Amino acid sequence: MATVVNYEEIVKRFDWSISEKELGYKKGDVINIGWYCSDRICQMGKADKPALLWEGLGGKTRRYTYNDIRRAGNTIGAFLRSLGIKHEDRVCLFMDKIPELYIGFLGVLKIGAIAQPLFSAFGDESLYVRLSDAGTCAIMTQRKHVSKVRKIIDKMPYLKHIIIVDDDGRKPLQQREIAFSLEQADPVDDFDIYPTKAESPSVLHYTSGTTGKPKGVKHVHYSLIAQYLTAKWVLDLRDDDNYWCTADPGWVTGTSYGIIAPWSLGVTQSVLDVGFSAEAWYRFIEKYKVTVWYSAPTAIRSLMKAGEDLVRKCDLSSLRHLASVGEPLNAEAVVWSERVFGLPFLDTYWQTETGSIMITNFPGMKIKPGSMGRPFPGITAAVLDLDTYQPITEPGKVGLIGFKPGWPSMMREYWNNEATYKGKFKNGWYIPGDRSSIDREGYFWFTGRDDDVINTAGHLVSPFEVESALLEHSAVAESAVVAKPDEVNMEVVKAFVTLKPGFAPGPDLELDIMNFIRKKLSPLAMPQEIEYVDALPKTRSGKIMRRMLRAREWGQDVGDTSTLENE
Amino acid sequence: MDDLKEVIRKYVMAEYQEEDDEEITFDTPLISGGIVDSFSMVSLKRFLENKYHISIPDEKATPEAFDSVNKIAVLVQGFLK
Repeated sequence: MATVVNYEEIVKRFDWSISEKELGYKKGDVINIGWYCSDRICQMGKADKPALLWEGLGGKTRRYTYNDIRRAGNTIGAFLRSLGIKHEDRVCLFMDKIPELYIGFLGVLKIGAIAQPLFSAFGDESLYVRLSDAGTCAIMTQRKHVSKVRKIIDKMPYLKHIIIVDDDGRKPLQQREIAFSLEQADPVDDFDIYPTKAESPSVLHYTSGTTGKPKGVKHVHYSLIAQYLTAKWVLDLRDDDNYWCTADPGWVTGTSYGIIAPWSLGVTQSVLDVGFSAEAWYRFIEKYKVTVWYSAPTAIRSLMKAGEDLVRKCDLSSLRHLASVGEPLNAEAVVWSERVFGLPFLDTYWQTETGSIMITNFPGMKIKPGSMGRPFPGITAAVLDLDTYQPITEPGKVGLIGFKPGWPSMMREYWNNEATYKGKFKNGWYIPGDRSSIDREGYFWFTGRDDDVINTAGHLVSPFEVESALLEHSAVAESAVVAKPDEVNMEVVKAFVTLKPGFAPGPDLELDIMNFIRKKLSPLAMPQEIEYVDALPKTRSGKIMRRMLRAREWGQDVGDTSTLENE
Repeated sequence: MDDLKEVIRKYVMAEYQEEDDEEITFDTPLISGGIVDSFSMVSLKRFLENKYHISIPDEKATPEAFDSVNKIAVLVQGFLK
């Protein structure tokens, strides 16, 4: 199992050219992720190997070989091209975890366009903000989600094509809508793939910050170099594996390690497109004989909650390697998985902007439950002083995580937002916004975010975005949104609101506000609790002191209140 | 019991489904079927508590207990006097 046996030795002689050589890439060559994930694997003699084993609601299954996804990617690419979509145009993928999402991703990349995956549970406002920022020209979606697009279509003249992948012809299509069925389209065998280069844009993922609108994180085709090697060494993916990444490709894990990494390695992956249920998940592992499982702490904690009896009912002996991402993995979860599955979940740390795993626990390395692990070879990581941004050498002292720029999958820009991009670099380090310490053996230990962004079930929610949406509710006068601790999701959204005259606090209004945010933004952004207050704590200049409210929720000292308006 | 189920069914359809979605039955899988996700389950629980003046403890509000109108109705029934 051990792929990184001698960490120090590998770090010393590491070079990203290891990955370039394995992929047959030389500087200046054409590099297209769509080609690498399908055509190349077929050329390696694996055309008939299963690439995707998909299962949806009611036990419905679909199976695709590498030749199938190659041709289907071509077919989608040809269709997009026939609509006039060209390289660097943004094409949004707004679908559940259906095969069209995974294969559509390849199709978009094959024509050199930029794939913009968005979480299908997003409400119309969340969708609008992200499409308008990107100036997206086409969206691929399903019948069940098209009503959200229809609500905002009039505000988006640049969105020329709404492609419905499962139209059944029962209801008339509306303006700019077009039906496309992968199963009924004429398959395209030979396709002129766009010759993207290392720095050609590939994927645009949106992520939330404390303030301002969500930021479009632009990645390039060269990101493949890091995604390929990290998957090989950290996820330990091998030719005979059946890999399951539970992440939704609406988020970065679902593309970097749910599409690009396994398929560039020619590995078979399985996808389950049903809501969470511990029993369904275990049955899925048993049925597909999953060997490598990449999941998230929230899911692991939910499995812990569901109990061990369910585990005993299934044969999970196929599992040989487990890894986790999204939030810090608590030590209890690591110990539990080792006891129940006979394997520990290994924590991996990275984020949308880094594009690939940065700090991690490797197979074969000594695991310290609760630790993030050590930097991936080729990644220079440090903990920096909060004021000077100089590396801290003292073991155990908390500071900001910093990475030396230059790894292959690092974001190239925030879309239309150069100032914010530049602000992410201090003293020559990229700052992901998390705090940590390093112990004497070089292991990183996460301590928390350095800002007010809420990490709920591994997804970042902007308090600003929720506060702004709350103000659009007819009853809300002012709002402040903070993270509240949660046993399963690590953090959930909590809102403090003051009401407009004529509105009385009560449980029905609370539910109405919750549902308002759920539909407008997303279920993740919905406050799980709303507290009515007479006034919000503000500075004398009128700024809401979110940190005071947050500190109260976490049972921490509220800190300096000297600038408080009503002190 | 049927009235209770119908109230729940109508609420789920109104709040968690799009207008073009197929009508759900009392047995349609809600959580495992992806109609109601684990975050949205909190608002469904809140609705039931407000409507029937009950309090459902978190340990009883599991994805399994909320996985169909029938199952939710059984859960709620257990808290009604």
